[in-house]
Amino acid sequence: MTVAGSLRVVEAGARVYRRTWRGSVISTFLNPILYLLAMGVGLGELVDEGTGGASLDIPYLTFLAPGLLAAAAMQTGAGDAAYPVMAGIKWRKTYEATLATPVSVSELLMGHLGWVTVRLTFVATVFSLIMVLFDATTITEGLAAIPPAVLTGIAFAAMVTAYTANLKDELGIASMFRFAIIPLFLFSGTFFPIEQLPDYLEPLAYITPLWHGVQLCRGFALGTDFTVHPLVSIAYLVALAVLGALLAIRILRKRLIS
Amino acid sequence: MTDSLVSARGLTKHFDELVAVDGIDFDVAEGEAFGFLGPNGAGKSSTMKMIGAVSPLTAGTLEVLGMDPATDGTKIRARLGVVPQDDNLDQELSVYENLLIYGRYFGLSKKVIDERAAELLDFAQLEDRRDSPVEPLSGGMKRRLTIARGLINTPDLLLLDEPTTGLDPQARHLLWDRLYRLKQQGVTLIITTHYMDEAEQLCDRLVIMDKGKIAAEGAPRDLIERYSTREVLELRFPVGTQDVNAERLDGIAKKTEVLPDRVLLYTDDADDAHNRVLAAGFEPESTVSRRSTLEDVFLRLTGRTLVD
Repeated sequence: MTVAGSLRVVEAGARVYRRTWRGSVISTFLNPILYLLAMGVGLGELVDEGTGGASLDIPYLTFLAPGLLAAAAMQTGAGDAAYPVMAGIKWRKTYEATLATPVSVSELLMGHLGWVTVRLTFVATVFSLIMVLFDATTITEGLAAIPPAVLTGIAFAAMVTAYTANLKDELGIASMFRFAIIPLFLFSGTFFPIEQLPDYLEPLAYITPLWHGVQLCRGFALGTDFTVHPLVSIAYLVALAVLGALLAIRILRKRLIS
Repeated sequence: MTDSLVSARGLTKHFDELVAVDGIDFDVAEGEAFGFLGPNGAGKSSTMKMIGAVSPLTAGTLEVLGMDPATDGTKIRARLGVVPQDDNLDQELSVYENLLIYGRYFGLSKKVIDERAAELLDFAQLEDRRDSPVEPLSGGMKRRLTIARGLINTPDLLLLDEPTTGLDPQARHLLWDRLYRLKQQGVTLIITTHYMDEAEQLCDRLVIMDKGKIAAEGAPRDLIERYSTREVLELRFPVGTQDVNAERLDGIAKKTEVLPDRVLLYTDDADDAHNRVLAAGFEPESTVSRRSTLEDVFLRLTGRTLVD
């Protein structure tokens, strides 16, 4: 595997994106604004006026925004690793075309994740700037929240790529969003502290990757204390990313170099 | 053969229980147009993938451009052009961009790619489609673009898997003309096909594959001479009576073959055979006299037709 080979795949991703970026503009720019308006400002006022304000110590918008940043990174990472990967393997067979050239399976996979990283950086940066505009964080703390968000997205992208590479058809992708991504989005501490969960569910939340992403983004964006040491969360997400990438290479090789 | 570009001995490929390629030997010389002719499932595409260094061998040896695909896959692929059976162009990109990203995969600079893209689009007769998206192009145009893409690295060897399957006759002839030009320029071609006319048109030499094995090898005309007669008389009798009539026809030609809808008489003089059939009192519904083709060779070798 060479870096040059992977970079050529990143470059191809960028060239394709130049043709297809319009489809992702709404999710990148508009979704953060809409979520922060509806949940942060609208719902947030009710929370702050009720008992929520007392137990959170901070305005609900401030609490919510970094959680949404981590969740947006998860959605981007998972989304870019689902249908586009299925298209590459099965629908358009662009992976087959790429692998007929000197590019190897590991270069293809690392290039794919490399391009997703570029996308994640862009999405997280836009999200952080919008957070600053909403006065939910300061500019320096907002920037500090970008790397953990990107890391969260990469961990999901790697795992979802491995998952998708194993699928026969796209039905499994819809199931994954329905039964994994959306429950994670709702119950990983994005919208409320996981201490609110029933006691028997709380430990479950601690092992979800999104919770670790959320606690990192929240800690860095707000400068507040971490529930568990940030290095634990970072190590956990890095481990998931590495495991996902290794699995994805293995599965893709078995499927495409048969 | 020391100067062969591809050399296989006992080449074997299994997919679980299925034996796709069953111990075949062949050599492809530089500048040659070499064909694999056979029905679907004969093992042609599996063989091509092994040559293309994207499918490990189960057994046997294979040398491509003097290298071992198992260890030098990257170096081999750098010097190959591959035109797969299904178009796998990037539909989201323009014609030119498809050549550009592909050229980049080979590590070529944009300047070199731009020069070659201009020549290749001219060659593929797509110069006025340079900036149009791929998706609305006709099947023939997409296939020509795939061939142009396969040539972006000026390969030593071009692999074409079923290059004209699914194309209309006009598009096929245009493609044959382009491939013939490549051959004239000295590009070594390996072609798989289940069309005997394609193999006869394009291949200097070919192997006939059936059920993973090589049934015969040679130049198209040699194979026809060796395994068939010069001419064939096709007789169509009323439905359900081919068998009965064929039995009584025995002796008129060198060999008689019965198909579900017609009887084939193998002879060196189809017109003469026709006269003798009529003189013997047969009343076929229709007759065709034609030159023998590779289809007849295949039928002779396997007892089955090539395309069902």
